[in-house]
Amino acid sequence: MNGMDTTINVNNPERWFSVVAGAALAAYGLTRRSIAGLVVAGVGGGLVWRGATGHCHVYEAMGLSSAPAEGEGDNVSVPYGRGIRVEKSVTINRSPEDLYGFWRNFQNLPRFMSHLKSVSVLDDKRSHWVAKGPAGSEAEWDAEIINEVPNELIGWRSVDGSQINNAGSVHFTRTIANRGTEVKVILRYDPPGGVLGAVIAKLFGEDPARQVQEDLRTLKQILETGERSTAARG
Amino acid sequence: MKAVVWHGVHDVRVEDVPEPKIVNPHDAIVRVTLTAICGSDLHLYDGYIPTMMKGDILGHEFMGVVVEVGAEVRNVSVGDRVIVPFAIGCGRCFFCEQKLWSLCDNTNPNAWMLEALYGYSGGGLYGYSHLYGGYAGGQAEYVRVPFADVNPLKIPDGVADEQALFLTDIFPTGYQAAEQCGIEPGDTVAVWGCGPVGLFAMKSAWMLGAGRVIAIDRFTARLRLAADACKAETINYEEVDSVYDTLKEMTGGRGPDRCIDAVGMEAHGRTIDAWYDKLKQAVRLEMDRAHALRQALHACRKGGTVSIPGVYGGFIDKVPFGSAFAKGLSLRMGQTHVQNYTRPLLERIERGEIDPAFLITHRVALDEAPEMYRIFRKKADDCIKVVMKC
Repeated sequence: MNGMDTTINVNNPERWFSVVAGAALAAYGLTRRSIAGLVVAGVGGGLVWRGATGHCHVYEAMGLSSAPAEGEGDNVSVPYGRGIRVEKSVTINRSPEDLYGFWRNFQNLPRFMSHLKSVSVLDDKRSHWVAKGPAGSEAEWDAEIINEVPNELIGWRSVDGSQINNAGSVHFTRTIANRGTEVKVILRYDPPGGVLGAVIAKLFGEDPARQVQEDLRTLKQILETGERSTAARG
Repeated sequence: MKAVVWHGVHDVRVEDVPEPKIVNPHDAIVRVTLTAICGSDLHLYDGYIPTMMKGDILGHEFMGVVVEVGAEVRNVSVGDRVIVPFAIGCGRCFFCEQKLWSLCDNTNPNAWMLEALYGYSGGGLYGYSHLYGGYAGGQAEYVRVPFADVNPLKIPDGVADEQALFLTDIFPTGYQAAEQCGIEPGDTVAVWGCGPVGLFAMKSAWMLGAGRVIAIDRFTARLRLAADACKAETINYEEVDSVYDTLKEMTGGRGPDRCIDAVGMEAHGRTIDAWYDKLKQAVRLEMDRAHALRQALHACRKGGTVSIPGVYGGFIDKVPFGSAFAKGLSLRMGQTHVQNYTRPLLERIERGEIDPAFLITHRVALDEAPEMYRIFRKKADDCIKVVMKC
């Protein structure tokens, strides 16, 4: 790895956020007059540098970037290599036809995607999504289906001007020896607070990969047993 | 309603708690008539199973009368007497379809916890920590029974509660342990631990064609029951220099063909490794004390089978894996797939081939649970099995 790499891998709004937050942290840290304060000031200084140069070593180490890719058009919701990408699989003891049919009716998605409040179908391709955000907030966007092969895959993305740019796809593959159907989900989104925001959210227990895993577990329960497992006593 | 509630290590209380209600369409509510304390409940009592929470209702061996069913339950109806297997299966996933009921994909709402610990999660269990789903247990007057359409078994009038109750766990667990040994006619089967699972494993070994059964324990009352009720030859490990030497001598130098560890994670012993385990477990460097398992692996004959119904939860040290490898042993283990055995074992009870009540030593009311946990833990009063009427 090249330690002096200064490629821009942070987008503009996030760079400004880094500078402002970093300066505030550095000022706070220096007033503490303690070792811990110095460490905080150091982190703040790093954020200022990150904002000023547009290069983030953490992103680099993690292979992430929130900056626009070169020659990138406006026709993708979440360009390749940007934002958060989650990929998870589950094997469900139902046919690809059943699973495709359930998923293709997007109104079913909030039954197992815990961050969704509702999805209403507008027409054959378009739907309106309402998601739950932190602290009771809500985010809304319209999505359109951009790719589909009956009983095999569905791909969708948010339309231009959405609050949260996102895209997703689901693939249904019959397993060998008929041991159910593999369901693979790939989600991409530009988190509201930038990738940095998502990393911070993860520190506080909001891990999108884990969330998708749990959502798929719920989907499996609903489709295999007709109910959601719970130890509730009523 | 009354229920036995976990409050902490060596602290269980009988308390008044809200009655359960139907939550899902495949649920039933069972009014418990008879319930038992299991040896594995002592692991919870002693604090060796993580994620127990104050207020958890204990118990996974229970039977009773169906008082309410959900919309999708048709195989049992209100008024039926049923036994309920301790491991909850959904009946629809790949594992339930393979008859691996206790490995069910769908019944543990906290599957992520077990996944983090073990790689993959099995199904939920009644009254056995939040790792296993956090389901309220059966040492209570009423229990919510999920997937009542596939798990409970109706008990005919001619079979008494005391005869049927152990179909929920210990009889199938002992039977599966013997079955997993792959006993061939005339085999010598050695069983470590003369608790209820060990005793049922001995009875089952005979049913499956064993030629000899040898029982190993230190409590004389238990060894006596193994000898009298289960026709076992006995070894009191506190009275011999070496269990291995004794077994070798008893088997003409060849060793027992099949070995069953019906002890599990809280084994006691008199050898150095047993003290080492006790110390490491006490300071939380080791989760399980595997003394019985080590002995079984070492003593088993070449090409034999070691079957492990005793519960293990985490990491064990100093396992003689070289011995297991060098002798080409087969190892079988795991939670019991109770649902596979309930009907055939009920038929054996109905035919009079076995009366599972033979090992009950204490018959009490639910209110006496705290005292009974104390007695059972100390193996005081020659306690082998406690049943509690609700």
